[in-house]
Amino acid sequence: MPYLVADSLSRKYGHNLALDDFSLSVNKGELFALLGPDGAGKTTMIRVLCRLLDPDSGSVTINGLDLQQRYDDIKPILGYMPQQFSLYPDLSVEENMTFYAGMYGVTGQAYRDKRDQLYQFSKLGPFAKRRASALSGGMKQKLALSCALIHNPRMLILDEPTTGVDPLSRRQFWETLLQLKSQGVTILVSTPYMDEVARCDRAAFIFGGRKLAEDRPAQLAAAFQGSIFYIDREPTSQLLNQIMSIDGLTTARFGAGMHLYLAPDDSLDPYLNALSQLGLNSSDINPIAPSLEDRFIQLMESPT
Amino acid sequence: MNDSTHNSGSAVLINNLTRHFGDFTAVDHISLKVDYGEIFGFLGANGAGKTTAIRMLCGLLMPSGGSGEVAGYDIYKQAESIKKHIGYMSQKFSLYPDLTGRENLTFYGAAYNLRPADLSDRIHELTERLELGEFINQLSGKLPIGWRQRLALAAAILHRPRILFLDEPTGGVDPVFRRRFWSILYDLADSGVAVFVTTHYMDEAEYCGRISIMHHGSIIEQGRPFDLKRQHGTDSLDDLFINLILSQEATRA
Repeated sequence: MPYLVADSLSRKYGHNLALDDFSLSVNKGELFALLGPDGAGKTTMIRVLCRLLDPDSGSVTINGLDLQQRYDDIKPILGYMPQQFSLYPDLSVEENMTFYAGMYGVTGQAYRDKRDQLYQFSKLGPFAKRRASALSGGMKQKLALSCALIHNPRMLILDEPTTGVDPLSRRQFWETLLQLKSQGVTILVSTPYMDEVARCDRAAFIFGGRKLAEDRPAQLAAAFQGSIFYIDREPTSQLLNQIMSIDGLTTARFGAGMHLYLAPDDSLDPYLNALSQLGLNSSDINPIAPSLEDRFIQLMESPT
Repeated sequence: MNDSTHNSGSAVLINNLTRHFGDFTAVDHISLKVDYGEIFGFLGANGAGKTTAIRMLCGLLMPSGGSGEVAGYDIYKQAESIKKHIGYMSQKFSLYPDLTGRENLTFYGAAYNLRPADLSDRIHELTERLELGEFINQLSGKLPIGWRQRLALAAAILHRPRILFLDEPTGGVDPVFRRRFWSILYDLADSGVAVFVTTHYMDEAEYCGRISIMHHGSIIEQGRPFDLKRQHGTDSLDDLFINLILSQEATRA
């Protein structure tokens, strides 16, 4: 059942079309990722979805309510974590939480219960009196998430919550998101990092303000047209050129080896003879699963 | 640049390099060897000691112990020579947003004491090689991130350093740009430059020829990404990294 529906959103900044007829549907209880590089339109999309920015055209509904007309009813069910750390640096951890709670009318025992529950996940209890500016990056991020959750939202929208955060903190942060999902919270999260998407139910590729594709993560990558092999051999420019000169093969250096690309419906067999003349045996050439990045690049270069 | 006396040997060679800050050991006896022509990924979580190590390698911070040479210069005694022979590029810093690309490069050229005629040739050459085109004449602050990055790379290699230090060079960039950027780095490596990449993004690390993983001031693993994944039985560097760190934490606890 769709919980958030964006229908044909467009938004210009001057001549720049930041959102181009973008539609999106996130189901109730789903963890959905908006995946794209810097400047792709992720933040514009999220600002429109949180009604911080009006679209030029198109509409948004959350829980069946129109965002423009029923915002007062949507506000209590919507939590938003912006990309920039936007808490009050001079206030303590607890003061920031009290402030956000006050804005949403969460007071008294209800506030204290929620606060304690959030401390359990964030482990920020011992730092309740510490000024927000004196927290580490990972702790700031947890405080920002706590503030976004203080009013028990049913839908959480996060704009690049893990940018600049190290792999371990990122992994912990995603585990928190999975916990929230298990409590029935619907989550839309934007990220520039392909590897984060594997944990989502579904994801959309966004680039140039347009949606390039949308599917479950495994299906997104598997839609890659063609096949990829890893050649475990020193990638000298001579060898790269020799492989490229074999009709039908494309190759590129990748780390300490090379990637070999085959067109759809082609197979490695017809090339093995030519490759063995370059000293490459079939044991050096292993198929690898196309990554989300491989598919993203393919879509950017030839959108279908 | 006269590098003839430093052409043999390693780009980076450090042995038991250590740095204390008071009672805290930020870098704890690390040893590394990086050759010219290599792309080396220097990985670690925040606070692992990467930045401290890099600052020592760039001649910006004196070690507390151990030995090291960068571009053939001793990191204790020849820090000034090291600074002249390395290039450094970070995503966060480096270009003046109110200057055009060309003005930025001219500024850096002057800072590196390049002769005006050479500088002009070099800017032309890099504009071609990095396909900067018309972007070179636009204000740097207004450039899309991918182009800003290439311009920052041009500034970092203007003086033909033999070692290039890059700090998270392609985090957040679109994947097509990222692949092109790395193909430029591969070309640089082919021409004999050692490329030293600091990052905590594992998808960037995949592009490196060899990587090391740092944790609590020590190097806990190093090797080629493909080999490491095979040894640890995982198909993702991200899993490899996290499993390694968690197992280290378990041992410490």
